[in-house]
Amino acid sequence: MESASRILRKVLREEAFYFFSSIGNYIGDSAASLEEFSEKIKEVNSKSLEFHLYRGDFEKWVDEVLGDAELAKKIKELRNQQLAGDHLQDQLYLTIFRRYNELKTGLTQSV
Amino acid sequence: MKIKRQAVSLDDLDWKILQALRENAKQTYSETGRLLNVAHSTVYERIKKMEEHGIIEKYMAVVDFERAGMKHITAVMTIITDPKESEKVAEKLSKFNNVLEVYTSLSEELLIIAKVIAGDQSELHSFIAQSVAPMPGVLRIRTSIITKKHKEEGFPVGPNPTSQKEG
Repeated sequence: MESASRILRKVLREEAFYFFSSIGNYIGDSAASLEEFSEKIKEVNSKSLEFHLYRGDFEKWVDEVLGDAELAKKIKELRNQQLAGDHLQDQLYLTIFRRYNELKTGLTQSV
Repeated sequence: MKIKRQAVSLDDLDWKILQALRENAKQTYSETGRLLNVAHSTVYERIKKMEEHGIIEKYMAVVDFERAGMKHITAVMTIITDPKESEKVAEKLSKFNNVLEVYTSLSEELLIIAKVIAGDQSELHSFIAQSVAPMPGVLRIRTSIITKKHKEEGFPVGPNPTSQKEG
């Protein structure tokens, strides 16, 4: 479960995910852990989600910063489905929240 | 030697010299003197005085980046900040070589306005996402990419053109 605790850790401010609506336009929301990330996915404008999803920003951050290749793969699959708007927001949130729960439950049971 | 922060009043000749230098800072004192019908020694003294008082801060080359073969984009960032952190954000921004100008402004919120250059949009976005957004006190950022430069001057010289009456 070392891997789960690593994925669920809080990262440094410099490593957090910063939400933009388009090139250079930061909307003021950021996430420094998988838990915060799932909460923000539910809150931010779907235009911001579309911007990041189709640039590959989400999967890159999840893989390279959090170290969760499995979730990164699932996000990439969503990208390939060409979703948009509220439907994208719902699917993205479900995917991330399920993974968060799975890791959190596994970590609790192992203690 | 620079005499700091002493108020100096400029006369008409000083302003004419400044205008001449703005058009061509490499011209000699004699050339400026001929242009303004004054002795080159007068031009020399006036320029020295303005340098010493910090009125002329420095001489710099205006580079045409495109002719220099450097592909780039210029953007203006408007950064909304926490007032307590604003000065620190401005200081940090000023240290980046690709940030050309930094200003603070107080409108409804405390803003920092900064001009930045980057190789392309991707590089611009990476810089803002990785270096600017994470700074403590940055609340939001609005970025406008400049598509065409119509004018760039250091200071106004002479009156505005009179508006032409129609009809």
